[in-house]
Amino acid sequence: MSAQEYNPTELLICTASRLMEDETTAFIGTGIPMLAASLAQRQQAPNLIPIFEFGGTGAILDELPMAVGEARTFNRAVAASGICDIMETATRGFIDYGFLGGAQIDPYGNLNSTVIGPHHPPKVRLPGSGGANDVGSLCWQTIIIIRHSRRSFVESCDFVTTPGYLTGPGAREEAGLPPGTGPLYVVSTLALMGFEEESKRMVLLKTQPGVSVEDVLAETGFELIVPDRVGKNPPPSMEELRILREEVDRDRLYI
Amino acid sequence: MQVLASGIGELIQPPDMNAFREWNRTKKSRKLFDKLMTEEEAVRRFVYDGCYIGTELYGTVRCPMTLVREVTRQGIKDLRVAGQGVTELDIWLAASQVKTLDITYIGLEVYGVSQALRREVESGRVEKVVEWSNGGITWRFKATAMGVPFLPVRAMLGTDTLKYSAAKVVECPFTGEKLALLPALILDVGLIHVHRADRYGNCQIEGISGFSLEMSRASKRLIVSAEEIVPTEEIRRYPERTMIPYYLVDAVVHAPFGSHPGEMAYRYCRDEPEIKAWVEASATDKTAQAYLQAWVYDLPDHKAYLDKVGPERLEQLAAGRACPERSPEQAGVQGQREQEA
Repeated sequence: MSAQEYNPTELLICTASRLMEDETTAFIGTGIPMLAASLAQRQQAPNLIPIFEFGGTGAILDELPMAVGEARTFNRAVAASGICDIMETATRGFIDYGFLGGAQIDPYGNLNSTVIGPHHPPKVRLPGSGGANDVGSLCWQTIIIIRHSRRSFVESCDFVTTPGYLTGPGAREEAGLPPGTGPLYVVSTLALMGFEEESKRMVLLKTQPGVSVEDVLAETGFELIVPDRVGKNPPPSMEELRILREEVDRDRLYI
Repeated sequence: MQVLASGIGELIQPPDMNAFREWNRTKKSRKLFDKLMTEEEAVRRFVYDGCYIGTELYGTVRCPMTLVREVTRQGIKDLRVAGQGVTELDIWLAASQVKTLDITYIGLEVYGVSQALRREVESGRVEKVVEWSNGGITWRFKATAMGVPFLPVRAMLGTDTLKYSAAKVVECPFTGEKLALLPALILDVGLIHVHRADRYGNCQIEGISGFSLEMSRASKRLIVSAEEIVPTEEIRRYPERTMIPYYLVDAVVHAPFGSHPGEMAYRYCRDEPEIKAWVEASATDKTAQAYLQAWVYDLPDHKAYLDKVGPERLEQLAAGRACPERSPEQAGVQGQREQEA
């Protein structure tokens, strides 16, 4: 694969990585968020503080972890504590961003990673919340990374594992979740999306390279808000792809 | 305090803190005595059919795999399991030993959904599934560690995760905001793997501590396995390093490479080919059973397991070198699968 070509995973990683800001704290889960954080530390965010749920805080992501408790999640870190400390740090408002994924997402950014079909016995049993619900409840803002299809972008999740804006404006606060929190962006293989201030429904911001607005709508199973102006997300740069392939994931475990 | 909503999930064990205090008074010795025993004896004495059991840390990280395999070897059934897991809970699920789950996450991380979990839950062989978040289940252990029947938290609210849990929603008597109350979780048996312990059960852990602090204090019986058994003088030299004091511990098992195929911080890295072997084997019931036969039932104990993995491979993992593929004679299950194919 030449540097100009890239696969959907690389596109997701690069898009998410650009959203990571220097000198912020970010709750990082297994997979794409780890690669995005490692790339961001080598680019615009050398002082990004990755936080891993089982205790790693502020690791230098020289080597790619394969799991959220692996020793690489506290490589040259500032602290190695435990899960209560991390979740309580989030509860106290110290974690700026949380990165999330899921099998289903609805217009309010609610996520399902528990079951497809009824709860028990289900049609498909998925892993369950893990730390996702805590991240979606307690971090200031969340960024959701998900592959785009009508199967994943649904009108209503079979099961709400992790809260987005729940049923709309004010619903998080009404449920008791900390005020001023909620999903910020959705990064997909087809688009970058946000949430409309008044309705808290998902809004299209930018299309991915080579993707039209119609393509996005065709693969979205709910009414996506399309503003008058929709931007275009630039493709991964040569430099991003080089770092990703030669430094971040040398062994091609993920990409 | 008015209860505004209640999860419909089963509360597997009531948070009876007075009974727990009484247990700790009458059943947990303060005496410093030698608790070192084999994994066979520890599991035979303290793990039983239908017990409410948990493991720490998880699947591929500082996981008590020696004890987990012994629980399967002894065929203990109808387990009520609390927690999150990767390979450890997968083995119990693949062996159909689990009846009830307090689940937060069971999956194979980068390798995706657990097929053993899918088979057992979708078939209804796991009869009840109660949902929690990772923070939620750990705070439940923490409530028990604090000796109180519940803790108020600000997670799980507004979701089906709460609806299918046994949590309750109340109005905070101080602020008027809604809070989730998580019931204390008292385990019958906890299994924890540590870096070092003495014969009495004083334990040190390196690297992240996961939820060892909370779970060790929330278990009526606690079995620890340790990479290394050290003299008590070593413990007494650095008492601030003791994560788990002896009086919490009922059995100490010496298990070098006890987290294999997972890792142990600063000691050995994870065994990627072996983890992948389980990912492949667990895809179908037939291949999962073949794996269990080769790596659990056919081996008498942990020493035999390590012999089967092979000293060279263990040395490589300890050196942290990139993990090589298994040799053909070590790849028992793969070979068998190929023959069947």
